[in-house]
Amino acid sequence: MSKKFKTQHEHDAYVAEKKKNKTIWGVIMASSLGTLIEWYDFYIFGSLAVVLATKFFPADNPTAAFLSTLATFAAGFVVRPFGALFFGRLGDIIGRKYTFLVTLLIMGFSTFLIGCVPSFETIGYAAPVLVLILRLLQGLALGGEYGGAATYVAEYSQPHRRGYWTSWIQTTATAGLFISLIVILVTKTSLTPEEFDGWGWRIPFWISILMVGVSYVIRRNMKESPLFAKAKKEGKTSTNPLKESFGNKLNFKFVLLALFGAVMGQGVIWYTGQFYAMSFMQKVMNLESAQVDSMMALALFLGTPLFILFGWLSDKVGRKPIMMIGMLIAIIAYRPIYKTMYNSVNIEEKVLAPKGLVEKRTAIAHEKIAGDSLISFHTEKTFTDGTLLKRDSIVHWAATGPVITNGKAEAPLVKESITVNPDTRWLLIFLVFVQVVFVTMVYGPIAAFLVEMFPIRIRYTSMSLPYHIGNGIFGGLLPAVATYLVTSGKDAGHPEWYLQGLWYPIIVAAVCLVIGTLYLKTKNKSLEEDQH
Amino acid sequence: MDSVKKILGIVWLLLAVVVAYYGLTVFGLPKIMSDKQEDNVFGWIILVILVPIIVGGLAVFGWYSFKGEYSEDKI
Repeated sequence: MSKKFKTQHEHDAYVAEKKKNKTIWGVIMASSLGTLIEWYDFYIFGSLAVVLATKFFPADNPTAAFLSTLATFAAGFVVRPFGALFFGRLGDIIGRKYTFLVTLLIMGFSTFLIGCVPSFETIGYAAPVLVLILRLLQGLALGGEYGGAATYVAEYSQPHRRGYWTSWIQTTATAGLFISLIVILVTKTSLTPEEFDGWGWRIPFWISILMVGVSYVIRRNMKESPLFAKAKKEGKTSTNPLKESFGNKLNFKFVLLALFGAVMGQGVIWYTGQFYAMSFMQKVMNLESAQVDSMMALALFLGTPLFILFGWLSDKVGRKPIMMIGMLIAIIAYRPIYKTMYNSVNIEEKVLAPKGLVEKRTAIAHEKIAGDSLISFHTEKTFTDGTLLKRDSIVHWAATGPVITNGKAEAPLVKESITVNPDTRWLLIFLVFVQVVFVTMVYGPIAAFLVEMFPIRIRYTSMSLPYHIGNGIFGGLLPAVATYLVTSGKDAGHPEWYLQGLWYPIIVAAVCLVIGTLYLKTKNKSLEEDQH
Repeated sequence: MDSVKKILGIVWLLLAVVVAYYGLTVFGLPKIMSDKQEDNVFGWIILVILVPIIVGGLAVFGWYSFKGEYSEDKI
């Protein structure tokens, strides 16, 4: 049944609205797909870091290990903000569309080529050098991607729906992480461990080029952002966006406010909910790795639609209230959540099931030292609630007895993993899901918030830098600082040493909350207004 | 509220000093002096890039706040 209209004007307005919606969905598809692929490309490197290390950065080679560290830290911390500056400038001078086509191609080809680089064994030092260069290119491309995608969608959006439309971009980082976990899981389960270790690990990298090809075709066919096109036609674009953004106090103070009043807190909450939760379960709680991956994947999958919800809600009530409330709840809830997570696998309070203890001892000759052997002790404990603890310790035994190093017997190599029962599994999924809710509250509205903060002539440049400093630096520092705090707490005998790592995100988010609450305006801004 | 922001400007400047202290003495310098190469690289990145960005940004933000650049009529 066709819709009935009282006047021609009503009919024309309805047709125009439908056309706008079709256009905006195309814009969102073009932007989001490419951004998702870029996040996927960035994450698979980190997810496969252990395999990459054995292929390209052998631990017993100091130079290769040095290059590995550079690839790990420099790509995340240093290069992303530089990518933001470089591509932000390009995007403000020549246009959003072409700039984020370039970032997509750079990321796609870098990722594909990482999958093609021969191993250290085959081509020597050229291997880690090539991988380092390609990883740095990934960081550079990522630094330019987000600002372009968010700006592009926002400049197409109607003002009262900007939060909703840009929130689709906000799903891409989480979705990229989720897809990277799934692709790696599927690849691993489709191949034998030897096949995956031999060549199968390259598949997730190669897949990227197919996805990039599709995204490139979609993006190439889109038109430039209408607001930017209009500004360019009227001669209102900037010739030196870097100077105008950061060399001019009038704008630079807003760059700092965006960073310290919003993105800094958002960055630490994002990393806590999505990465720290994962590493806490693996390294502090000693949960079995595949189980952690599947719990994370489910929690992320369930939480992702909330980016859209909070983006939509920010159009009704404002960006600031949702982001600040998300930060406040996270600050209050983190310690109770992680305490509950940790205590859910407190082995000391569990009861061993009848016949729940299996112990095995094996000895094999040491591969490198004649006469020595490696004695493995394997213990499995099944508890009445279904929790399974596996513990492997390997002792290096010389022909004359235990190996002595610096006057002391060499400590055994101990590996422990816990597989939780279904009830605990669902509890952990729920607790991670709650953290993802905090992520969606602080991250859902932030694209629209950042875009609205800066004038069109320097928008791409001005919003990209605080975003990548807040996420790349403040968020990226979280693993190192949290590990230091946990280790210090454990060494000092702190009873809740496992919670000490949370002080970093809590304090950083608290500072951001104070600044954001007191300094930011609540009312959403129009993109056409003069911002300052 | 404008006077609160001015006072907070001093707080942010002091916080920048605290962050510089911890950034250098707890993270940066110990890592540079460590025997492990991975710590050396991270230590230099902390000292040369991360600490200047964070401390510099926070200090400038604090200064602007103290000077009234974030007063209601200016934002």
